[in-house]
Amino acid sequence: MLSILYQPVEWPPPPPAGALPVFANQECRLVGRRAMKLGPEHCREGHRPWRAQRCPPTTHHAGFFPGQHLSDAFAQVNPLKKVPALKDGDFTLTESVAILLYLTRKYKVPDYWYPQDLQARARVDEYLAWQHTTLRRSCLRALWHKVMFPVFLGEPVSPQTLAATLAELDVNLQLLEDKFLQNKAFLTGPHISLADLVAITELMHPVGAGCQVFESRPKLATWRQRVEAAVGEDLFREAHEVILKAKDFPPADPTIKQKLMPWVLAMIRFSLLLVMYAVPKEKQHCQGHSLACAELHMKLETRDWGKMER
Amino acid sequence: MGLELYLDLLSQPCRAVYIFAKKNGIPFELRIVDLIKGQHLSDAFAQVNPLKKVPALKDGDFTLTESVAILLYLTRKYKVPDYWYPQDLQARARVDEYLAWQHTTLRRSCLRALWHKVMFPVFLGEPVSPQTLAATLAELDVNLQLLEDKFLQNKAFLTGPHISLADLVAITELMHPVGAGCQVFESRPKLATWRQRVEAAVGEDLFREAHEVILKAKDFPPADPTIKQKLMPWVLAMIR
Repeated sequence: MLSILYQPVEWPPPPPAGALPVFANQECRLVGRRAMKLGPEHCREGHRPWRAQRCPPTTHHAGFFPGQHLSDAFAQVNPLKKVPALKDGDFTLTESVAILLYLTRKYKVPDYWYPQDLQARARVDEYLAWQHTTLRRSCLRALWHKVMFPVFLGEPVSPQTLAATLAELDVNLQLLEDKFLQNKAFLTGPHISLADLVAITELMHPVGAGCQVFESRPKLATWRQRVEAAVGEDLFREAHEVILKAKDFPPADPTIKQKLMPWVLAMIRFSLLLVMYAVPKEKQHCQGHSLACAELHMKLETRDWGKMER
Repeated sequence: MGLELYLDLLSQPCRAVYIFAKKNGIPFELRIVDLIKGQHLSDAFAQVNPLKKVPALKDGDFTLTESVAILLYLTRKYKVPDYWYPQDLQARARVDEYLAWQHTTLRRSCLRALWHKVMFPVFLGEPVSPQTLAATLAELDVNLQLLEDKFLQNKAFLTGPHISLADLVAITELMHPVGAGCQVFESRPKLATWRQRVEAAVGEDLFREAHEVILKAKDFPPADPTIKQKLMPWVLAMIR
Protein backbone atom coordinates (compact mmCIF):
# COMPACT_ATOMS: atom_id res chain seq x y z
CA MET A 1 0.00 0.00 0.00
CA LEU A 2 1.26 3.45 -0.82
CA SER A 3 1.83 5.95 1.93
CA ILE A 4 2.88 9.44 1.31
CA LEU A 5 4.58 10.54 4.45
CA TYR A 6 4.01 14.13 4.88
CA GLN A 7 1.90 13.38 7.89
CA PRO A 8 2.92 12.15 11.31
CA VAL A 9 3.42 8.42 11.44
CA GLU A 10 0.83 8.06 14.14
CA TRP A 11 -2.48 9.52 13.16
CA PRO A 12 -4.03 11.44 14.64
CA PRO A 13 -0.90 12.54 16.45
CA PRO A 14 -1.12 13.27 20.12
CA PRO A 15 -0.03 16.87 20.31
CA PRO A 16 2.88 17.29 22.69
CA ALA A 17 2.29 19.85 25.36
CA GLY A 18 2.89 23.32 24.05
CA ALA A 19 3.54 22.08 20.53
CA LEU A 20 2.13 23.62 17.44
CA PRO A 21 1.72 22.22 13.97
CA VAL A 22 4.69 22.94 11.76
CA PHE A 23 3.91 23.98 8.25
CA ALA A 24 4.38 21.36 5.61
CA ASN A 25 7.36 22.35 3.56
CA GLN A 26 7.23 23.26 -0.11
CA GLU A 27 8.02 19.80 -1.35
CA CYS A 28 5.42 18.19 0.84
CA ARG A 29 2.76 20.49 -0.54
CA LEU A 30 3.42 19.48 -4.05
CA VAL A 31 3.73 15.77 -3.34
CA GLY A 32 0.65 15.90 -1.14
CA ARG A 33 -1.28 17.71 -3.79
CA ARG A 34 -0.34 15.18 -6.44
CA ALA A 35 -1.26 12.29 -4.18
CA MET A 36 -4.58 13.86 -3.35
CA LYS A 37 -5.39 14.39 -7.00
CA LEU A 38 -4.92 10.66 -7.35
CA GLY A 39 -7.65 10.14 -4.83
CA PRO A 40 -7.89 9.01 -1.23
CA GLU A 41 -7.83 5.33 -2.15
CA HIS A 42 -4.11 5.74 -2.80
CA CYS A 43 -3.39 6.57 0.78
CA ARG A 44 -3.28 4.01 3.49
CA GLU A 45 -6.06 3.65 5.97
CA GLY A 46 -5.14 5.80 8.90
CA HIS A 47 -3.22 8.18 6.71
CA ARG A 48 -6.13 9.74 4.97
CA PRO A 49 -5.78 12.98 3.14
CA TRP A 50 -6.53 15.91 5.33
CA ARG A 51 -9.97 16.65 4.05
CA ALA A 52 -11.20 13.16 4.88
CA GLN A 53 -10.43 13.72 8.52
CA ARG A 54 -12.56 15.58 10.93
CA CYS A 55 -9.87 17.01 13.10
CA PRO A 56 -9.54 20.26 14.86
CA PRO A 57 -7.64 22.80 12.77
CA THR A 58 -4.40 22.53 14.69
CA THR A 59 -3.97 18.86 13.90
CA HIS A 60 -5.66 18.92 10.56
CA HIS A 61 -2.76 20.11 8.57
CA ALA A 62 -0.08 17.94 7.12
CA GLY A 63 3.30 18.24 8.62
CA PHE A 64 5.18 17.23 11.63
CA PHE A 65 5.09 18.67 15.03
CA PRO A 66 8.28 20.57 15.61
CA GLY A 67 11.26 18.30 15.37
CA GLN A 68 9.26 15.17 14.63
CA HIS A 69 11.23 14.67 11.46
CA LEU A 70 14.30 14.46 13.67
CA SER A 71 12.88 11.58 15.71
CA ASP A 72 14.14 8.01 15.72
CA ALA A 73 10.74 6.83 14.53
CA PHE A 74 10.92 8.88 11.40
CA ALA A 75 14.58 7.97 10.86
CA GLN A 76 13.34 4.42 10.32
CA VAL A 77 11.48 5.75 7.32
CA ASN A 78 14.06 8.19 6.08
CA PRO A 79 17.54 8.11 7.63
CA LEU A 80 18.15 11.52 6.07
CA LYS A 81 15.35 12.83 8.32
CA LYS A 82 13.75 14.85 5.59
CA VAL A 83 10.29 15.14 4.13
CA PRO A 84 8.66 14.24 1.84
CA ALA A 85 9.22 10.51 1.95
CA LEU A 86 7.26 7.79 0.21
CA LYS A 87 6.73 4.22 1.30
CA ASP A 88 5.24 1.76 -1.14
CA GLY A 89 5.28 -1.60 0.60
CA ASP A 90 8.96 -2.23 1.27
CA PHE A 91 10.10 0.47 -1.10
CA THR A 92 11.04 3.81 0.43
CA LEU A 93 11.84 6.83 -1.68
CA THR A 94 13.01 10.35 -0.86
CA GLU A 95 13.50 13.53 -2.90
CA SER A 96 10.33 15.21 -4.11
CA VAL A 97 11.33 15.16 -7.79
CA ALA A 98 11.99 11.42 -7.64
CA ILE A 99 8.69 10.88 -5.81
CA LEU A 100 6.75 12.89 -8.37
CA LEU A 101 8.29 10.95 -11.24
CA TYR A 102 7.57 7.65 -9.48
CA LEU A 103 3.92 8.58 -8.98
CA THR A 104 3.70 9.81 -12.55
CA ARG A 105 4.89 6.51 -13.94
CA LYS A 106 3.18 4.16 -11.54
CA TYR A 107 -0.25 5.75 -11.73
CA LYS A 108 -0.17 6.63 -15.41
CA VAL A 109 -1.26 10.20 -14.91
CA PRO A 110 -2.28 12.44 -17.85
CA ASP A 111 0.54 12.97 -20.31
CA TYR A 112 0.83 16.73 -19.83
CA TRP A 113 2.36 16.35 -16.39
CA TYR A 114 5.50 14.77 -17.87
CA PRO A 115 4.99 14.59 -21.63
CA GLN A 116 6.16 11.66 -23.71
CA ASP A 117 7.39 14.04 -26.37
CA LEU A 118 11.18 14.09 -26.19
CA GLN A 119 11.70 17.83 -26.26
CA ALA A 120 8.72 18.70 -24.10
CA ARG A 121 9.90 16.24 -21.47
CA ALA A 122 13.41 17.65 -21.67
CA ARG A 123 12.02 21.10 -20.84
CA VAL A 124 10.40 19.71 -17.70
CA ASP A 125 13.64 17.94 -16.73
CA GLU A 126 15.53 21.17 -17.32
CA TYR A 127 13.33 23.12 -14.94
CA LEU A 128 13.31 20.39 -12.29
CA ALA A 129 17.12 20.33 -12.36
CA TRP A 130 17.60 24.11 -12.42
CA GLN A 131 15.34 24.93 -9.52
CA HIS A 132 17.21 22.99 -6.81
CA THR A 133 19.99 25.52 -6.36
CA THR A 134 18.14 28.62 -7.47
CA LEU A 135 14.45 29.25 -6.84
CA ARG A 136 14.12 26.66 -4.11
CA ARG A 137 17.08 28.07 -2.24
CA SER A 138 15.83 31.66 -2.52
CA CYS A 139 12.29 30.82 -1.47
CA LEU A 140 13.44 28.83 1.53
CA ARG A 141 15.79 31.57 2.69
CA ALA A 142 13.18 34.28 2.14
CA LEU A 143 10.78 32.52 4.49
CA TRP A 144 13.36 31.82 7.14
CA HIS A 145 15.08 35.19 7.07
CA LYS A 146 11.87 37.22 6.92
CA VAL A 147 9.65 35.28 9.29
CA MET A 148 10.85 32.06 10.80
CA PHE A 149 14.07 33.28 12.37
CA PRO A 150 12.73 36.50 13.88
CA VAL A 151 9.18 35.41 14.70
CA PHE A 152 9.30 31.68 15.35
CA LEU A 153 12.84 31.28 16.60
CA GLY A 154 13.22 34.73 18.09
CA GLU A 155 16.53 35.34 16.36
CA PRO A 156 16.91 38.72 14.68
CA VAL A 157 18.12 38.89 11.12
CA SER A 158 19.98 41.99 10.01
CA PRO A 159 18.31 44.18 7.40
CA GLN A 160 21.38 43.62 5.23
CA THR A 161 20.99 39.84 5.28
CA LEU A 162 17.29 40.05 4.56
CA ALA A 163 17.84 42.53 1.74
CA ALA A 164 20.45 40.31 0.11
CA THR A 165 18.18 37.26 0.37
CA LEU A 166 15.27 39.14 -1.16
CA ALA A 167 17.53 40.45 -3.91
CA GLU A 168 18.58 36.90 -4.73
CA LEU A 169 14.92 35.88 -4.81
CA ASP A 170 14.27 38.72 -7.20
CA VAL A 171 16.99 37.53 -9.56
CA ASN A 172 15.55 34.03 -9.60
CA LEU A 173 12.00 35.27 -10.14
CA GLN A 174 13.27 37.21 -13.14
CA LEU A 175 14.96 34.09 -14.49
CA LEU A 176 11.73 32.17 -13.98
CA GLU A 177 9.93 34.73 -16.12
CA ASP A 178 12.57 35.32 -18.75
CA LYS A 179 14.14 31.91 -19.19
CA PHE A 180 11.26 29.57 -18.45
CA LEU A 181 7.83 31.17 -18.66
CA GLN A 182 8.52 33.72 -21.38
CA ASN A 183 5.27 34.14 -23.33
CA LYS A 184 3.90 30.68 -22.76
CA ALA A 185 0.84 29.75 -20.76
CA PHE A 186 2.87 27.44 -18.54
CA LEU A 187 6.55 27.05 -17.82
CA THR A 188 7.29 24.43 -20.42
CA GLY A 189 4.47 24.84 -22.92
CA PRO A 190 0.72 25.25 -23.37
CA HIS A 191 -0.17 22.83 -20.59
CA ILE A 192 0.58 22.53 -16.90
CA SER A 193 3.39 20.13 -16.03
CA LEU A 194 5.42 18.98 -13.02
CA ALA A 195 7.56 22.08 -13.54
CA ASP A 196 4.66 24.43 -12.80
CA LEU A 197 3.65 22.46 -9.75
CA VAL A 198 7.15 22.50 -8.31
CA ALA A 199 7.55 26.21 -9.06
CA ILE A 200 4.23 27.38 -7.65
CA THR A 201 4.68 25.54 -4.37
CA GLU A 202 8.11 27.12 -4.00
CA LEU A 203 6.75 30.60 -4.60
CA MET A 204 4.12 30.20 -1.93
CA HIS A 205 6.93 30.13 0.62
CA PRO A 206 7.86 33.81 0.23
CA VAL A 207 4.18 34.63 -0.22
CA GLY A 208 3.57 33.05 3.16
CA ALA A 209 6.39 35.20 4.49
CA GLY A 210 4.64 38.32 3.25
CA CYS A 211 6.83 38.96 0.20
CA GLN A 212 5.24 40.69 -2.79
CA VAL A 213 6.06 37.96 -5.24
CA PHE A 214 3.19 38.41 -7.69
CA GLU A 215 2.05 41.98 -7.13
CA SER A 216 4.79 43.54 -9.19
CA ARG A 217 5.00 40.71 -11.70
CA PRO A 218 1.80 40.55 -13.75
CA LYS A 219 3.13 37.81 -16.00
CA LEU A 220 3.80 35.54 -13.03
CA ALA A 221 0.49 36.55 -11.48
CA THR A 222 -1.54 35.41 -14.48
CA TRP A 223 0.55 32.25 -14.69
CA ARG A 224 -0.27 31.58 -11.06
CA GLN A 225 -3.98 31.93 -11.78
CA ARG A 226 -3.71 29.45 -14.61
CA VAL A 227 -1.84 26.98 -12.42
CA GLU A 228 -4.37 27.32 -9.62
CA ALA A 229 -7.23 26.79 -12.03
CA ALA A 230 -5.55 23.73 -13.54
CA VAL A 231 -4.82 22.24 -10.11
CA GLY A 232 -8.19 23.17 -8.68
CA GLU A 233 -8.62 26.12 -6.38
CA ASP A 234 -9.89 24.14 -3.40
CA LEU A 235 -6.96 21.76 -3.50
CA PHE A 236 -4.54 24.64 -3.96
CA ARG A 237 -5.98 26.51 -1.02
CA GLU A 238 -5.93 23.44 1.17
CA ALA A 239 -2.31 22.67 0.35
CA HIS A 240 -1.27 26.21 1.22
CA GLU A 241 -3.36 26.79 4.31
CA VAL A 242 -0.45 26.17 6.66
CA ILE A 243 2.23 28.20 4.88
CA LEU A 244 -0.09 31.17 4.57
CA LYS A 245 -0.28 31.27 8.35
CA ALA A 246 3.49 31.08 8.84
CA LYS A 247 3.61 34.69 10.02
CA ASP A 248 1.22 33.84 12.84
CA PHE A 249 3.11 30.99 14.39
CA PRO A 250 3.71 31.71 18.05
CA PRO A 251 7.34 31.74 19.13
CA ALA A 252 8.90 28.34 19.69
CA ASP A 253 9.52 27.33 23.24
CA PRO A 254 13.19 26.94 24.19
CA THR A 255 13.21 23.13 24.07
CA ILE A 256 11.83 23.05 20.58
CA LYS A 257 14.18 25.80 19.50
CA GLN A 258 17.16 23.88 20.79
CA LYS A 259 16.04 20.76 18.99
CA LEU A 260 15.47 22.48 15.67
CA MET A 261 18.43 24.82 15.45
CA PRO A 262 21.06 22.46 14.03
CA TRP A 263 18.60 21.26 11.42
CA VAL A 264 17.60 24.80 10.46
CA LEU A 265 21.19 25.93 10.15
CA ALA A 266 22.09 22.94 7.97
CA MET A 267 19.02 23.49 5.83
CA ILE A 268 19.60 27.19 5.28
CA ARG A 269 23.31 26.54 5.18
CA PHE A 270 24.77 29.74 6.40
CA SER A 271 28.24 29.70 5.12
CA LEU A 272 31.26 30.40 7.20
CA LEU A 273 32.93 31.26 3.98
CA LEU A 274 33.69 34.91 3.73
CA VAL A 275 34.09 35.24 0.04
CA MET A 276 34.87 38.76 -0.75
CA TYR A 277 36.89 39.11 -3.85
CA ALA A 278 35.35 41.05 -6.62
CA VAL A 279 35.03 44.41 -8.16
CA PRO A 280 34.14 46.83 -5.40
CA LYS A 281 30.38 46.85 -5.81
CA GLU A 282 29.98 43.07 -5.84
CA LYS A 283 32.66 42.76 -3.21
CA GLN A 284 30.77 44.93 -0.83
CA HIS A 285 27.52 43.17 -1.55
CA CYS A 286 28.96 39.69 -1.18
CA GLN A 287 31.10 40.67 1.73
CA GLY A 288 28.23 42.23 3.55
CA HIS A 289 25.87 39.39 2.90
CA SER A 290 28.36 36.68 3.67
CA LEU A 291 29.59 38.46 6.75
CA ALA A 292 26.09 38.99 8.04
CA CYS A 293 25.18 35.37 7.41
CA ALA A 294 28.39 34.12 8.89
CA GLU A 295 27.98 36.29 11.97
CA LEU A 296 24.46 35.07 12.50
CA HIS A 297 25.59 31.49 12.00
CA MET A 298 28.47 31.80 14.42
CA LYS A 299 26.31 33.49 16.98
CA LEU A 300 23.76 30.71 16.74
CA GLU A 301 26.31 27.92 16.68
CA THR A 302 28.17 29.13 19.74
CA ARG A 303 25.12 29.73 21.85
CA ASP A 304 24.70 27.34 24.69
CA TRP A 305 21.31 25.96 23.86
CA GLY A 306 21.08 24.33 27.24
CA LYS A 307 20.84 27.68 28.96
CA MET A 308 18.23 29.63 27.09
CA GLU A 309 17.51 33.18 28.04
CA ARG A 310 13.96 33.63 29.15
CA MET B 1 24.01 20.65 -38.35
CA GLY B 2 24.00 17.63 -36.04
CA LEU B 3 24.14 17.47 -32.29
CA GLU B 4 26.43 20.02 -30.67
CA LEU B 5 27.68 19.81 -27.09
CA TYR B 6 29.10 22.95 -25.53
CA LEU B 7 31.48 21.74 -22.85
CA ASP B 8 34.52 22.48 -20.77
CA LEU B 9 36.00 19.39 -19.16
CA LEU B 10 37.05 21.52 -16.23
CA SER B 11 33.37 21.36 -15.20
CA GLN B 12 32.02 18.28 -13.44
CA PRO B 13 28.65 18.14 -15.21
CA CYS B 14 30.39 18.57 -18.57
CA ARG B 15 32.55 15.53 -17.87
CA ALA B 16 29.50 13.40 -17.18
CA VAL B 17 27.86 14.47 -20.45
CA TYR B 18 31.10 13.96 -22.41
CA ILE B 19 31.70 10.47 -21.06
CA PHE B 20 28.08 9.47 -21.60
CA ALA B 21 27.99 10.63 -25.21
CA LYS B 22 31.34 9.05 -26.06
CA LYS B 23 30.66 5.79 -24.27
CA ASN B 24 27.37 5.36 -26.10
CA GLY B 25 28.79 6.28 -29.48
CA ILE B 26 26.53 9.31 -29.81
CA PRO B 27 27.79 11.45 -32.68
CA PHE B 28 28.31 15.06 -31.69
CA GLU B 29 30.34 18.14 -32.45
CA LEU B 30 32.35 19.21 -29.46
CA ARG B 31 32.27 22.95 -28.87
CA ILE B 32 34.81 23.87 -26.23
CA VAL B 33 33.80 26.78 -24.02
CA ASP B 34 36.89 27.70 -22.03
CA LEU B 35 35.70 28.70 -18.58
CA ILE B 36 38.95 30.05 -17.22
CA LYS B 37 39.23 32.32 -20.21
CA GLY B 38 35.71 33.51 -19.54
CA GLN B 39 34.36 32.29 -22.87
CA HIS B 40 31.08 31.30 -21.24
CA LEU B 41 30.53 34.96 -20.39
CA SER B 42 30.77 36.07 -24.01
CA ASP B 43 27.89 37.43 -26.07
CA ALA B 44 28.49 34.66 -28.59
CA PHE B 45 27.88 31.96 -26.04
CA ALA B 46 24.91 33.83 -24.59
CA GLN B 47 23.24 33.20 -27.95
CA VAL B 48 23.50 29.50 -27.18
CA ASN B 49 22.70 29.71 -23.47
CA PRO B 50 21.52 33.02 -22.01
CA LEU B 51 22.29 31.60 -18.56
CA LYS B 52 25.96 31.50 -19.64
CA LYS B 53 26.55 28.04 -18.23
CA VAL B 54 27.93 24.77 -19.46
CA PRO B 55 27.06 22.12 -20.41
CA ALA B 56 24.64 23.12 -23.14
CA LEU B 57 23.22 21.01 -25.95
CA LYS B 58 22.04 22.15 -29.37
CA ASP B 59 20.13 19.71 -31.50
CA GLY B 60 19.09 21.64 -34.57
CA ASP B 61 16.90 24.45 -33.23
CA PHE B 62 16.49 22.81 -29.87
CA THR B 63 18.75 24.08 -27.10
CA LEU B 64 18.92 22.42 -23.69
CA THR B 65 20.76 23.24 -20.49
CA GLU B 66 21.23 21.42 -17.14
CA SER B 67 23.39 18.29 -17.26
CA VAL B 68 20.74 16.01 -15.77
CA ALA B 69 18.23 17.08 -18.41
CA ILE B 70 20.85 16.66 -21.14
CA LEU B 71 21.78 13.17 -19.94
CA LEU B 72 18.12 12.13 -19.88
CA TYR B 73 17.54 13.61 -23.35
CA LEU B 74 20.49 11.69 -24.78
CA THR B 75 19.36 8.53 -22.97
CA ARG B 76 15.94 8.67 -24.59
CA LYS B 77 16.89 9.92 -28.04
CA TYR B 78 19.74 7.48 -28.62
CA LYS B 79 18.22 4.46 -26.93
CA VAL B 80 21.23 3.62 -24.85
CA PRO B 81 21.51 0.37 -22.85
CA ASP B 82 18.81 0.04 -20.21
CA TYR B 83 21.13 0.02 -17.20
CA TRP B 84 21.93 3.73 -17.56
CA TYR B 85 18.32 4.66 -16.68
CA PRO B 86 16.44 1.41 -16.11
CA GLN B 87 12.87 0.89 -17.25
CA ASP B 88 12.12 -0.84 -13.98
CA LEU B 89 10.03 1.56 -11.89
CA GLN B 90 11.91 1.25 -8.63
CA ALA B 91 15.38 1.05 -10.17
CA ARG B 92 14.66 4.19 -12.14
CA ALA B 93 13.34 5.92 -9.04
CA ARG B 94 16.64 5.23 -7.31
CA VAL B 95 18.53 6.95 -10.12
CA ASP B 96 16.12 9.91 -9.98
CA GLU B 97 16.60 10.07 -6.24
CA TYR B 98 20.36 10.34 -6.53
CA LEU B 99 20.22 12.84 -9.39
CA ALA B 100 17.93 15.07 -7.32
CA TRP B 101 19.84 14.73 -4.05
CA GLN B 102 23.27 15.54 -5.43
CA HIS B 103 22.53 19.09 -6.65
CA THR B 104 22.67 20.72 -3.24
CA THR B 105 24.95 18.25 -1.49
CA LEU B 106 27.82 16.46 -3.17
CA ARG B 107 28.01 18.80 -6.14
CA ARG B 108 28.16 21.82 -3.90
CA SER B 109 30.86 20.31 -1.67
CA CYS B 110 33.00 19.13 -4.55
CA LEU B 111 32.82 22.49 -6.30
CA ARG B 112 33.73 24.39 -3.15
CA ALA B 113 36.55 21.99 -2.31
CA LEU B 114 38.22 22.67 -5.64
CA TRP B 115 37.77 26.42 -5.47
CA HIS B 116 38.73 26.87 -1.84
CA LYS B 117 41.70 24.55 -1.97
CA VAL B 118 43.17 25.39 -5.34
CA MET B 119 41.37 27.79 -7.63
CA PHE B 120 41.10 30.77 -5.30
CA PRO B 121 44.64 30.66 -3.92
CA VAL B 122 46.50 29.38 -6.98
CA PHE B 123 44.55 30.55 -10.01
CA LEU B 124 42.96 33.71 -8.67
CA GLY B 125 45.68 34.57 -6.15
CA GLU B 126 43.16 35.07 -3.35
CA PRO B 127 43.96 33.43 -0.03
CA VAL B 128 41.31 31.35 1.70
CA SER B 129 41.35 31.17 5.48
CA PRO B 130 42.16 27.81 7.07
CA GLN B 131 38.81 28.03 8.84
CA THR B 132 36.91 28.36 5.58
CA LEU B 133 38.82 25.52 3.95
CA ALA B 134 38.34 23.30 6.98
CA ALA B 135 34.59 23.92 6.98
CA THR B 136 34.36 23.14 3.28
CA LEU B 137 36.33 19.91 3.63
CA ALA B 138 34.23 18.93 6.63
CA GLU B 139 31.06 19.43 4.58
CA LEU B 140 32.59 17.32 1.81
CA ASP B 141 33.31 14.63 4.32
CA VAL B 142 29.71 14.57 5.49
CA ASN B 143 28.47 14.21 1.94
CA LEU B 144 30.98 11.47 1.12
CA GLN B 145 29.73 9.59 4.14
CA LEU B 146 26.14 9.99 2.95
CA LEU B 147 27.18 8.77 -0.49
CA GLU B 148 28.56 5.61 1.11
CA ASP B 149 25.88 5.03 3.73
CA LYS B 150 22.71 6.13 2.01
CA PHE B 151 23.42 5.35 -1.63
CA LEU B 152 26.27 2.91 -2.22
CA GLN B 153 25.86 0.78 0.91
CA ASN B 154 26.91 -2.75 -0.04
CA LYS B 155 25.99 -2.59 -3.68
CA ALA B 156 28.35 -2.69 -6.64
CA PHE B 157 27.03 0.62 -7.93
CA LEU B 158 25.04 3.44 -6.40
CA THR B 159 21.61 2.23 -7.37
CA GLY B 160 22.09 -1.48 -7.95
CA PRO B 161 24.29 -4.12 -9.55
CA HIS B 162 24.93 -2.09 -12.71
CA ILE B 163 26.36 1.30 -13.52
CA SER B 164 23.78 4.03 -14.10
CA LEU B 165 23.59 7.79 -14.69
CA ALA B 166 23.88 8.18 -10.91
CA ASP B 167 27.38 6.67 -10.84
CA LEU B 168 28.51 8.76 -13.78
CA VAL B 169 27.30 11.99 -12.22
CA ALA B 170 28.82 11.06 -8.86
CA ILE B 171 32.24 9.99 -10.08
CA THR B 172 32.73 13.09 -12.18
CA GLU B 173 31.87 15.20 -9.12
CA LEU B 174 34.39 13.38 -6.94
CA MET B 175 37.18 13.99 -9.41
CA HIS B 176 36.89 17.68 -8.58
CA PRO B 177 38.32 17.38 -5.06
CA VAL B 178 40.70 14.70 -6.35
CA GLY B 179 41.99 17.28 -8.83
CA ALA B 180 42.37 19.66 -5.91
CA GLY B 181 44.56 17.15 -4.10
CA CYS B 182 41.97 15.99 -1.56
CA GLN B 183 42.25 12.43 -0.25
CA VAL B 184 38.79 11.37 -1.31
CA PHE B 185 39.36 7.67 -1.86
CA GLU B 186 42.44 6.88 0.18
CA SER B 187 40.61 6.66 3.47
CA ARG B 188 37.42 5.24 2.00
CA PRO B 189 38.06 1.74 0.64
CA LYS B 190 34.40 1.18 -0.22
CA LEU B 191 34.33 4.25 -2.43
CA ALA B 192 37.73 3.34 -3.86
CA THR B 193 36.56 -0.05 -5.09
CA TRP B 194 33.35 1.51 -6.40
CA ARG B 195 35.46 3.98 -8.34
CA GLN B 196 37.43 1.15 -9.91
CA ARG B 197 34.22 -0.54 -11.00
CA VAL B 198 32.91 2.68 -12.50
CA GLU B 199 36.14 3.35 -14.36
CA ALA B 200 36.17 -0.20 -15.70
CA ALA B 201 32.53 0.09 -16.81
CA VAL B 202 33.14 3.46 -18.52
CA GLY B 203 36.47 2.41 -20.00
CA GLU B 204 39.75 3.54 -18.52
CA ASP B 205 40.95 5.41 -21.60
CA LEU B 206 37.75 7.43 -21.84
CA PHE B 207 37.79 8.09 -18.11
CA ARG B 208 41.37 9.31 -18.24
CA GLU B 209 40.70 11.50 -21.26
CA ALA B 210 37.69 13.13 -19.61
CA HIS B 211 39.67 13.93 -16.48
CA GLU B 212 42.91 15.16 -17.98
CA VAL B 213 42.02 18.81 -17.43
CA ILE B 214 40.79 18.59 -13.85
CA LEU B 215 43.79 16.54 -12.80
CA LYS B 216 45.99 19.45 -13.88
CA ALA B 217 43.94 22.07 -12.02
CA LYS B 218 46.71 22.57 -9.45
CA ASP B 219 49.06 23.57 -12.25
CA PHE B 220 47.01 26.32 -13.84
CA PRO B 221 49.10 29.46 -14.08
CA PRO B 222 47.73 32.43 -12.16
CA ALA B 223 45.06 34.39 -14.01
CA ASP B 224 46.00 37.79 -15.29
CA PRO B 225 44.17 40.73 -13.66
CA THR B 226 41.77 41.30 -16.57
CA ILE B 227 40.64 37.70 -16.57
CA LYS B 228 40.39 37.71 -12.81
CA GLN B 229 38.15 40.75 -12.81
CA LYS B 230 35.99 39.23 -15.50
CA LEU B 231 35.59 35.92 -13.73
CA MET B 232 35.07 37.05 -10.16
CA PRO B 233 31.33 37.76 -10.14
CA TRP B 234 30.69 34.47 -11.88
CA VAL B 235 32.88 32.53 -9.45
CA LEU B 236 31.24 34.10 -6.42
CA ALA B 237 27.76 33.36 -7.71
CA MET B 238 28.72 29.81 -8.63
CA ILE B 239 30.15 28.73 -5.31
CA ARG B 240 27.80 30.80 -3.16
